[in-house]
Amino acid sequence: MTETGIGAAVLRTEDRRFLTGSGKFTDDINRPGQTYAHILRSPHSHAKIRKIDTASAAAADGVVAVFTGADLEGVGGIPCGFAPDGGPMNEPPHPVIADETVRYVGDRVAVVIAETLNQARDAAELISIDYETLPCVVATADAVNATTQLHADAPRNICFEWQIGDKEATDQAFANAHHVAQLDLINSRLIPNALEPRAAIGEYDVGNDSYTLYTTSQNPHVVRLLMGAFVLSIPEHKLRIVAPDVGGGFGSKIPHYPEEAIVTWAAQKVRRPVKWTAGRSESFLSDTHGRDHVTHGELALDEDGAFLGLRVKTTANLGAYLSTFGPLIPTYLYGTLLSGQYSTPAIHCEVTAVFTNTAPVDALRGAGRPEATYLVERLVNIAAAETGIDPVELRRRNLIPSDAFPYQTPVALEYDSGNYAGLLDEGLKVADMSGIGARRIDAESRGKLFGVGYSTYIEACGLAPSNVAGVIGARAGLYEAADVRIHPTGSVTVFTGSNSHGQGHETTFAQLVSDGLGVPIENVEVVHGDTDRVPFGMGTYGSRSLAVGGSAIMKSIDKLVEKGKKIAAHTLEASADDMLFQDGVFSVAGTDKTVSIAEVALTAYVPHNYPLEQLEPGLDETTFYDPINFTFPAGCHICEVEIDAETGAVEISNYSAVDDVGRIINPMIVAGQVHGGIAHGAGQALLEGCVYDDAGQLVSGSFMDYTMPRASNLLQFKLGSQVTLCPHNPLGAKGCGEAGTIASTAAVMNAVTDALTPLGVTHIDMPATAQNVWQAIHTAPTQQAAE
Amino acid sequence: MPSVSMSVNGKSVSGEVEARTLLVEFLREHLRLTGTHVGCDTSQCGACVVHVDGDSVKSCTMLALQAEGSDVKTIEGVANGDELHPMQEAFRENHGLQCGFCTPGMVMSALELVKRNPDPSEREVREWLEGNFCRCTGYHNIVKSILAGAVAMRS
Repeated sequence: MTETGIGAAVLRTEDRRFLTGSGKFTDDINRPGQTYAHILRSPHSHAKIRKIDTASAAAADGVVAVFTGADLEGVGGIPCGFAPDGGPMNEPPHPVIADETVRYVGDRVAVVIAETLNQARDAAELISIDYETLPCVVATADAVNATTQLHADAPRNICFEWQIGDKEATDQAFANAHHVAQLDLINSRLIPNALEPRAAIGEYDVGNDSYTLYTTSQNPHVVRLLMGAFVLSIPEHKLRIVAPDVGGGFGSKIPHYPEEAIVTWAAQKVRRPVKWTAGRSESFLSDTHGRDHVTHGELALDEDGAFLGLRVKTTANLGAYLSTFGPLIPTYLYGTLLSGQYSTPAIHCEVTAVFTNTAPVDALRGAGRPEATYLVERLVNIAAAETGIDPVELRRRNLIPSDAFPYQTPVALEYDSGNYAGLLDEGLKVADMSGIGARRIDAESRGKLFGVGYSTYIEACGLAPSNVAGVIGARAGLYEAADVRIHPTGSVTVFTGSNSHGQGHETTFAQLVSDGLGVPIENVEVVHGDTDRVPFGMGTYGSRSLAVGGSAIMKSIDKLVEKGKKIAAHTLEASADDMLFQDGVFSVAGTDKTVSIAEVALTAYVPHNYPLEQLEPGLDETTFYDPINFTFPAGCHICEVEIDAETGAVEISNYSAVDDVGRIINPMIVAGQVHGGIAHGAGQALLEGCVYDDAGQLVSGSFMDYTMPRASNLLQFKLGSQVTLCPHNPLGAKGCGEAGTIASTAAVMNAVTDALTPLGVTHIDMPATAQNVWQAIHTAPTQQAAE
Repeated sequence: MPSVSMSVNGKSVSGEVEARTLLVEFLREHLRLTGTHVGCDTSQCGACVVHVDGDSVKSCTMLALQAEGSDVKTIEGVANGDELHPMQEAFRENHGLQCGFCTPGMVMSALELVKRNPDPSEREVREWLEGNFCRCTGYHNIVKSILAGAVAMRS
């Protein structure tokens, strides 16, 4: 390992600009002559638009133009990128600006473009709209029996019904069961709240008849494809998408959003750049939300505690319209994960996906996998409590043995590698379980209820083999592209389709190059987020950037070394087969003849003495890497909580995490990803929760109403690590961005219920706020008997 | 439109602004000092923290006109030329930032904490960050950074 190579905790090269205020986020960009857009949004959750009068707004000071849905002739709707198993799926139109009907509070109704933002906002107040309000349906569980229907072509508000696994075998397992643990749960709706609100600037070049969109995206090429091909009919060579520094995404900046199309389309109409930046209130209303499941789960066990079968019925809320990957989340990113780390032989899962008068639901950190893990890990804990088997012991009895890989689950996935028992052992060690008795006594001596919760989780990420993606219903490939260019004087630029929005790719990917080509890390530049500079890309989500994007870089590095060997062989008058390459130096085996990679690069670009008949000049290699399987990070998270029974307040008193994310390139960055993931999952468990009232008004519509995790809610996490390499990608990497979130929600909630079990509380829905915990305590059967 | 004058990062600046213009809008839109960020519209997130006459202020919660004659410091004015301030350096060395959006506000807020309390405990740092949100780091390394920055500033 070199100081800057694979495995080194290299400080991040991107940090200086962020620390000095020189980062360049979308809203930091200002284009000459730009105008400002304000989006007028529906105040109703469901209504017909009888009439819109924009005359006064159009005549107001500074207003350049006002557009409504009626003006968008020829503009297509927002497309959906996934239909489970290719369909059938009810796929109603998703207009960029609502035409006749609004379907959630925040739905777009008009756009005002003015010289200043205040003028646009003021003029929007002058737009008069005659709405005919309609009955709405908000709650997930109510959708299929609601009296109202959102879309004419979606009877009972059903988007699709989907299932996975062997129903007959699962029913048989339950028929033979010694014990069945059951659970009804709600996986709460969350609002992603990346700290940077979404923003977009559209620009039209009259001379070239071409467009540029600056946008807060995790995947600019995907936006170019969706918006260009389906919404605005702009071919790729006339459409440039730039995602500059992106201030967090967590899934909410994957989808192609209507505002991106609005500013791009409007820029052509007004012949000036059009800038839009969401206020936080708009983000709450109009960013895609996450989770929102209502689930019944059952786990069948034999008399020894071996899992025999798992049966799941879930209703998943997709919101008012289909977002880009909405239908993927509660299907192939959820049902396929229900085996967890366990050798459960029979699993069957049915999902009903529904429309409601709420914001569209799409990926949120973990996306389907936290929902699966939460269900499985809660059921395991309930089974443990009911059978009297210790929860650690029950898990241990059912873990997939480490010699069973590759392991085919009953729900489609083939796990490639792992050591789950080893993770559990290491988890118990890092959590200092030998001291737990003392900590319990200490907490109880202070009048606290003490609980410990486990989460032994699996993740499937590194999305994805394209052929598999196609079979399951993706309308795109899921490879990644990388162009690694060695310049004539030996410095290197990497053009990657992965799109960092906080993950530190500029450092991690430079480490790959520094390691692979022997180039000083300061001579490596990583370029991302610009469709005119990067060959192609599918973007950053699903913990895929290193496993897929990094693998593409490694393949390009291999190609460069191979070509470099041929050039070096020519220079050194040797056979390419005899060439060795290490630490940036080509050498002839068994001799002292060497040539540096910088010299080879110069030769490649100044090919005076060069085998031009066999080899092209230049040293620049592009790879499209398509993985052959998902990757399967796993881990063991253990949480301890103390609860004040008088107030219901929950405090996390210890949190430890041992994760297997495969090969680690930069342990500092990996630890940071795990920290953030844990906080996000703990936020759902204890604090966060989206609330719509019965009329579909977003009650939790600001940071005053939606509780974000704060520093004082959390503590220093204890991390451990265990590495089993992914056997099928060149790095052996698995992925680390979502692991913490997938694991931590279940770990925290298992700890909370463990603490409350002596009071007769066996389950509590999230968030476990002081109020919810207090109520659970006071409505528990044992407590009521006491009272 | 009323005019406003103040000192920003040691330089005298002035401009004509609508009376409703917020300090953060003046900094970002008029002066193009885009290091100060806007992450919310209800004064919770703290991405917009700057110093006004030595005190940390959420610049989304103050009118530009209220800063008339004041001495304002933003994240762009914290480093000494190319040399990072010890608090900035502590964030870099402790991986106290990921996406970087909350970072300027975190640094400005941390500087105020250390001014008031040169040797804060971990609990005091966590309580102090009540008004600064981060979605990326779980605060783990931000807290470490501020504690390390405080040590560096004392020495």
